Amino acid sequence: MPEIKDILLGSQIAGARMIRLIEDNDPVAFEMLKRLYPHAGNAFIIGITGSPGVGKSTLIDALITQFRTLDMKVAVIAVDPTSPFSGGAILGDRLRMQRHAADKKVFIRSMASRGQKGGLSRATKDAVVVLDAMGYEIIIIETVGAGQAEFDIASLAHSIGIVTIPGTGDGIQAIKAGILETGDIFIVNKSDKPDADASCHQLDMMIDMRKPSETNWTARVLKTIAQNQTGVKELADVFLSHFDFMKKNNLIDLKKKEMEKSYFNSLLKDLTLEKLLLFMKESEDCKKAEKKISAGVIDPLSAAELVVNKICVFESND
Amino acid sequence: METKNKIRVLIAKPGLDGHDKGAKIVALALRDAGMEVIYSGLHQTLDQIMQTATQEAVDVIGLSIMSGAHLPISEKLIAMMKEQGLFDVNLTVGGVIPFQDIPKLKEMGVAQVFPGGTSFEDIVTGMNKLFE
Repeated sequence: MPEIKDILLGSQIAGARMIRLIEDNDPVAFEMLKRLYPHAGNAFIIGITGSPGVGKSTLIDALITQFRTLDMKVAVIAVDPTSPFSGGAILGDRLRMQRHAADKKVFIRSMASRGQKGGLSRATKDAVVVLDAMGYEIIIIETVGAGQAEFDIASLAHSIGIVTIPGTGDGIQAIKAGILETGDIFIVNKSDKPDADASCHQLDMMIDMRKPSETNWTARVLKTIAQNQTGVKELADVFLSHFDFMKKNNLIDLKKKEMEKSYFNSLLKDLTLEKLLLFMKESEDCKKAEKKISAGVIDPLSAAELVVNKICVFESND
Repeated sequence: METKNKIRVLIAKPGLDGHDKGAKIVALALRDAGMEVIYSGLHQTLDQIMQTATQEAVDVIGLSIMSGAHLPISEKLIAMMKEQGLFDVNLTVGGVIPFQDIPKLKEMGVAQVFPGGTSFEDIVTGMNKLFE
């Protein structure tokens, strides 16, 4: 069992095991997180999202190199999907970042999306709390943004980088609902391919057209070739300048409140569902209903309605 | 979906040998058996393998070795695992492993050996057996 004091001292073995407890939904994890939480809140959290194959992992690898030249401690959470068929997963993101594996100031952790009870955002948020409390200055979350239910990267990160590649006019269209609204920095990777400038232009136009953000940060568009570090130093600088911008304009506190509210909401949903379902499952009404369904006396719709209406009778305290 | 007791495996290729088709296919077979598999990529140093196993909190390190260096590599890695406190992590070795070396590997502390020709079924069963 990992010790709180070891995690706070930055022990990778303790931190990794703590994240494992979170993934395995171990009740101990919750108690430990409560004790770690007050120590978190200092890291700059970057979300990197974009379609499969645009080079997110390679770009993060290159970003790690840049942040390391500034001697910053960097952690990465790379999320890959769990197979809905077998429950297994191949976690291949860190493959592109392996040259940093032996660097003791870099911590890379793959997470499978699993069928997380509370949705992936909560497990990821929990892991961020651990890494933050361990003292990592930069935490990068990598995820395939689109198509992952309940994954709200905007409520997990200070700065969102959206990665795309040239020649995907349709791809940009495809991500524009939702994700485009949350992007702080847009990255046209593999920009040695044709039409990179056209992609940048399209993104610039879309940024011009979108509703001005409350924060007055103007989203930036950058070209990179992650594989040979081209444009990556500039990208790292832009991320850091976004962080500075947030600090100078008191946006960090605002963001923190927003993040805490969203964390609270997902916890509320989880804990309620967990308790309520357990209670219902064990109730006589539920057992009776199950028997009636298998006897063909009642249909599942009416049975579920009956049980819920009978058990969930609420009276407010105030 | 069940989230507890999922087996996490690191499939790692130490050293210079450059053939990873076998490692990748085994990774797929383990995925299909419901495990979470991290693949290290080629040409890993033992230090990289150790760090990866630590950060990923795996239950098993599965080495794929075709270079003939399975004995010294396994011996060194086991020593490093002990030194870094990965006591509850199992080491398995697969690849081109002569049969006469299997007892030597087991004696060192290798939990399972899967020489070339082992069926996927046997690999999955062998992995699961470690957690019964």
